[in-house]
Amino acid sequence: MARARARAAYAPLGLAPTGILLIGSVYCLFPVSWVVIAATKTSGELFSSSTFSLGTGFFQNLADLAAYREGVFWLWMLNTLLYAGGGALLSTAVSAVSGYTLAKYRFAGRNLIFNILIGGILVPAVVLAIPQYLLFAKVGLADTYWSVLLPQILHPYSIYLARVYAGAAIPDSLLEAGRIDGASHWTLLTRVALPLMGPGMVTIFLFQFVAIWNNFLLPFIMLGDDGKFPLTVGLYTMLAAGANHPSLYNLILIGTFLALIPLIALFLTMQRFWRTDLSSGAVKA
Amino acid sequence: MQMNRLAAVAAAATLVAGCSSGGAQQSAAPSSPAASSPAAQKVALTYWNWVPGMDKIVAVWNTAHPDIQVTSSTQAGGDDSATKFLTAAKAGNPPDLVQAEYQALPSFVAAEAVADIKPAADPVKAQFSEGIWGLVTLGTDAVYGIPQDSGPMLLYYRADLFKKYGIAVPKTWQEYADAARAVHAKDSKVYLGTFSSKDPGSFAGLAQQAGGQWWSISGEAWKVAINDEPTKKLADYWGGLVKEGVIDSMPYFTPEWNKALNDGKLLTWPSAIWAPGPLSSNAPKAKGKWAIAQLPQWNAGENFSGFWGGSAVSVSAGSKNKEAAAKFATWLNSDPEALALLVKEGSLYPAATKGADLLSEPPAYFSNVPDFWKQAAGFGAGARGFTFGPNVNVAYNAFKDAFDKAALNKTSFSGALQSVQDATVADMTKSGFKLAQ
Repeated sequence: MARARARAAYAPLGLAPTGILLIGSVYCLFPVSWVVIAATKTSGELFSSSTFSLGTGFFQNLADLAAYREGVFWLWMLNTLLYAGGGALLSTAVSAVSGYTLAKYRFAGRNLIFNILIGGILVPAVVLAIPQYLLFAKVGLADTYWSVLLPQILHPYSIYLARVYAGAAIPDSLLEAGRIDGASHWTLLTRVALPLMGPGMVTIFLFQFVAIWNNFLLPFIMLGDDGKFPLTVGLYTMLAAGANHPSLYNLILIGTFLALIPLIALFLTMQRFWRTDLSSGAVKA
Repeated sequence: MQMNRLAAVAAAATLVAGCSSGGAQQSAAPSSPAASSPAAQKVALTYWNWVPGMDKIVAVWNTAHPDIQVTSSTQAGGDDSATKFLTAAKAGNPPDLVQAEYQALPSFVAAEAVADIKPAADPVKAQFSEGIWGLVTLGTDAVYGIPQDSGPMLLYYRADLFKKYGIAVPKTWQEYADAARAVHAKDSKVYLGTFSSKDPGSFAGLAQQAGGQWWSISGEAWKVAINDEPTKKLADYWGGLVKEGVIDSMPYFTPEWNKALNDGKLLTWPSAIWAPGPLSSNAPKAKGKWAIAQLPQWNAGENFSGFWGGSAVSVSAGSKNKEAAAKFATWLNSDPEALALLVKEGSLYPAATKGADLLSEPPAYFSNVPDFWKQAAGFGAGARGFTFGPNVNVAYNAFKDAFDKAALNKTSFSGALQSVQDATVADMTKSGFKLAQ
């Protein structure tokens, strides 16, 4: 009866949810398509031709960007891949192990640690950037690759996610069985727990990869050497090159466009690992 | 004597600001004996700036000076760079050399983040005009940087459209206002100019022209007079035009502004000598159609202008190689070879007086004005600056807020100016600066 009522309540909505989702996707895709189209325009066309007409300068922009400061853009791209790829991998490893431990082991202070982590989720990373910079400067690590990587490895939200996922995906009985067979903690982790946590780890990896890829403030504060900049900070230096110089809008736009491609490629390839069973609840959170 | 005064004022501020870790490190820095490093020892310097092509200029220095190797690192320009430098200095981790916009330099001095490089700077003092040199001494005996570029202001106008609408080049602001009315009456979509509430630097330049003195040091205290008579007059002038609707109020450097310039909907831009750069990228369609003139004057027959933009190269107080850094900063901004490179690679208008001679070819955008640089130097010769205070960023942000609102609601601009003054004074009081009544 409850189900019937639910269906009755659902019917009048009709196509509305689909419509709302469509509007949402247009809202999300519009800026992306704008970047794609704007990246094809020459600086002359950028402000004078209509928004959605393709320009003629795509390859010229590409060539100009490649020539800008002797190809520093590619260096920034490599740096970003290192920060995002390395950072996300390390962060996933740390989160998975911590989440598994918090979910499946009982030890003193477990709840305290977990509550502190929950508290950590509420502290925006932005607030921590400057204190972190002062700390790193003190130990002489500011302006190094580590100064951008380290703070992003420990990510409370990812640990929380891993804990929730491990709690649901790894049956206690399986671990019990393993223990009875004499498996060590390490074997249990690598042979039983981690394989079951795969989809959750992919989620964490993707979240972290995108977060680090897009992170601006931390590298902006930490790094002084423009050879270590990621794309976000590098493109920003091109944007804020001073009002008294020719602006580089078309180079920035094509740079932004190129910066999108790895993210889109990553999502398309990782999607199939991203099963929608248990992780779906976590993803929405 | 004067130096002591400023230092005292600055020290008070630092104490109140109470930077725990930074304060200790900075006060330790000047006493470190590293400044006199033996010539044989190789010195590595880092240099934060946002001059295009600085890599190439630094490479020339590095080849000639194997013992002092400079690494240029391109930073985001403007306010962000200043904040970042101050944070780095506070953390005891600053670059050796930094590009300091003239309006940001006093805040660096107040935070004791830049060094006095008088011994290295004095020999080249004669190469700079007095007004520009004042921007790096802040009216004290110390020298906190070597001036790099400057931005004397002039009037850019669309020669072709002036002809079309039958208006003469305005010589005074009164004529400018009349021309604005005439143009707008002929075509309601076209404006003679726009008032940008987002560019306090431009407004400050116009205030300098009008004779404003926003900050000054009297005795041991700062005097803030952003709402002085000349500036009030300036604010009400633009406020009146905006209210009347004969001047647009779109900010500079925005897409709509670019579009208006491209489409010939804006006929003038009171801007600085570096304007050909942004114009060429933001309004490529109008190439070859602009001409330049003297900034309109407040009284006929005068020859005043102001400065918009420009920066110096300063040496960090926290640098371990201040002497070498000062040597590089001096070379970069006074050596003929370096000046030529700054002009060619960096498209700068050098602050050194002999730098102007290096500019012979007009900018490509102004190929229709063969003697562009000669004309521009003449129009900018009467530029006068003023001392910037230690919290220009606060004043500028207050300006953006207040004038944004005033331009939108068409309310009194002198009222907005008053709120800028109040916000600036309040911030300085809070930061512990002594203020003169």
